[in-house]
Amino acid sequence: MERFDVFLIGVGGQGIGLLSEALLRAADAAGLTVRGVDTHGLAQRGGVVSSHLRLGEAAHSPLVSPGEAHLVVALERHEALRGLTEWAAPGGTLVYYDAVWQPLGVRLGQVAAVEGEAVQAECARRGVRGVRVCVADLPDSRMQNVAVLAAIARQALLPGVGRDHYRQALGDLLGGAALAANLALFDRLVT
Amino acid sequence: MKNLGEVLLSSAAGSEVLMGNSALVRAMVESGVRVATAYPGSPTPEIADAILALPADRNPIYFEYSTNEKVATEVAFGAAVNGHLACVFFKSVGLNVAADSFVQLGLMEIIGGLVIVLGDDPGANSSQNEQDNRHLARLAYIPVFEPAGPQEAYAQFKLAAHLARERRMPVVLRLTTHVCHAKERVHFDAWSRPPVDDTPRFDPRHGPYIPLTTEVFPLKRRALEKLAAVAQWSEQAPVHRLEPGRDRRRGVITAGLPYLSLLDALAGVAARPDVLKLGVVFPLPKELLATFLAEHEEVKVIEELDDFLEQQLAALAHERGLSTRIRGKLDLDDWLGEYTPARVAGLLRKTWPDLLPPPAPALLAAVTAPARPAQLCPGCGHRSAFHAIQQALAPDTITVADIGCHTLGFLPPYRLGQVLLCMGHVSGTAAGLSLFNASRPVVGFLGDSTFFHAGLPGIVNAVYNRHNFTLVLMENGTTAMTGHQELPSSGRNAREAVEKIPVRQVLAGLGVTDVAEVDAYQQAKLTELVRAATQREGFKVIIAKHPCMLKLTRENRRKGRKPQPPVRIGDKCTRQLTCITEFGCPSFQRDADGRITVHTDLCIGDGSCRQTCAAGAIEPTRAAASTEQ
Repeated sequence: MERFDVFLIGVGGQGIGLLSEALLRAADAAGLTVRGVDTHGLAQRGGVVSSHLRLGEAAHSPLVSPGEAHLVVALERHEALRGLTEWAAPGGTLVYYDAVWQPLGVRLGQVAAVEGEAVQAECARRGVRGVRVCVADLPDSRMQNVAVLAAIARQALLPGVGRDHYRQALGDLLGGAALAANLALFDRLVT
Repeated sequence: MKNLGEVLLSSAAGSEVLMGNSALVRAMVESGVRVATAYPGSPTPEIADAILALPADRNPIYFEYSTNEKVATEVAFGAAVNGHLACVFFKSVGLNVAADSFVQLGLMEIIGGLVIVLGDDPGANSSQNEQDNRHLARLAYIPVFEPAGPQEAYAQFKLAAHLARERRMPVVLRLTTHVCHAKERVHFDAWSRPPVDDTPRFDPRHGPYIPLTTEVFPLKRRALEKLAAVAQWSEQAPVHRLEPGRDRRRGVITAGLPYLSLLDALAGVAARPDVLKLGVVFPLPKELLATFLAEHEEVKVIEELDDFLEQQLAALAHERGLSTRIRGKLDLDDWLGEYTPARVAGLLRKTWPDLLPPPAPALLAAVTAPARPAQLCPGCGHRSAFHAIQQALAPDTITVADIGCHTLGFLPPYRLGQVLLCMGHVSGTAAGLSLFNASRPVVGFLGDSTFFHAGLPGIVNAVYNRHNFTLVLMENGTTAMTGHQELPSSGRNAREAVEKIPVRQVLAGLGVTDVAEVDAYQQAKLTELVRAATQREGFKVIIAKHPCMLKLTRENRRKGRKPQPPVRIGDKCTRQLTCITEFGCPSFQRDADGRITVHTDLCIGDGSCRQTCAAGAIEPTRAAASTEQ
């Protein structure tokens, strides 16, 4: 593979770090050259968190460039729009969990909340395929990241990475009851 | 689950997906680092996490979080002049705190070797500036290695440690944020535990170690000689990389992460310039560089932050009578921010307009996502305190921020904290603001970790010089912002349970007599305390105490305790919106029709919001459920 760039975005506390490392380890398990980097900083304080992931021999820096991500992964609707408009490459894919954590301006009534239709419309304008994920009966809202992981696996959104690679990655990162619960959810959603 | 500690301690050669910060710890183990010290600060805390992940019974490294970077440097130095290979690590601005001791290190014969790992922060991702610490290392005659990624960080740490031990000197390994946090598969060598010899080898005859007056000169001469020897070593050392291109007229000199950005920017470029990537950026390998300069008509210097290399290259070209055109910083923008691949492509276009194709035009968005500033967590005691303090302050009050989660109080809706320098500045700055100022009250904020780190001298000064301001000590029992490290008042250090050093007792010992203490959730009481304090003369301290709820919630979850159910908005809501516009907990969401709801994934059921609602509309879910039954 030449190069495949992934940009992940969400809100501090949503578990973007686990999702990002699971994707990185899955690609690594599939034998691909992969590097990535999380933005930390003030992340756990409810601000925007992002993570960069780059597959292929032709990628050198761990940082994706704006407007060049072949795949944008978002865990929240406002952040899906941000990821789409600032990072997605034309013809790329956006996969997002349709959760809403209102940003401060929305809560203060200064700006309008982003509606789901706006994300779809912006996808259409950019020729980006939009994949919305929302699982009604999620055992725990903290597993939204694994629901997105399952969607990525089911639709084979990371080229060359198979379902067992994702399972292996989860096994690298989690143990005990947490692993069992997340694998059960992954397996249920991936088939 | 992969066990990081076992990976980092495995005797076999191998590889693993590692963050730069973790890869360093494998290099520490292989190099035989015996003592490591630190003060937590992004981007370096994961180095400590990885050291602490080593199995305790087999951990070859003594580690401590010291009270600040200066103490950490001194502990590492002390261990190193006793014969132990030592390492100290902290963030960029931590070097300012450590500087008084750091600048002496080059003068010392450090028999065990000492590696100083710096986490510089181009882009100011989590710092109050983006200072370029190459300058400080040069000031102190200390060599600087600069890796571009985790694999190089691993390899260069080993080289730096070898050099430090062999030449009995300090060596800096300068990382930047996205080198610390980058992840890739890192290949490492085999390792066998060397026989431990902990003989205390300190001997004044290795020194002298007392650099006073004329004694300084032989020590300074030795430091300069060591530096010259490192420069000589660096000429042939396997740390620099020369990559021939196709356009022999043009060259690029770069180092660190910008090198990887450069490779990305040059992808697919036919007339690729030659690239010289430096692994040691101070002292410079002058012969290598002079040869490179002489071979090219134009050389572009791509270095993040300041023109450190550029100035030395210009001087070198002048000294050697070279006519090479050196292109460095072209305008002020080039001094700002991180050199990402997109930035470096822009730099190349600005320098050599014919080199790269023009960038694809960006499509403007029909709708844009609203900004999402960082904010205090649901249930945070700081929020409760800020809300209460806001009620107490006269409109012309001057408020002074400090470093910590509570710095976020400067953002709306609280807007508390109007000026900030650095860790622990608050008492000094507030004291100055109170001079010739009888009309405007001065109120400062300080966290408990910063209190111990750099807060004490300012407090002693306020007592000693009888200053007139109010200090609110925001005590949450942890070093929250950097990932919940312990601190002297928490009853644990990085290794074990210890006697607490209570903040209040320290204040009493420092001679502070006007001290009050209140749980930050008791808003009415806190408001009254602050109001009264700002209306009387003197130096007043109010401890607003509440445990970090993010830490507590996680601990409770780990212990299997059921979380508190979230609060809910009852029928009494009259849409005064205090919960949103003034209290500002992110759990409160506003519907399109203006109705307030509680986000059940965010609310931790702490109830600190309930007292803010004049209508009494915020209800605990349990009570509501019981009335419904």
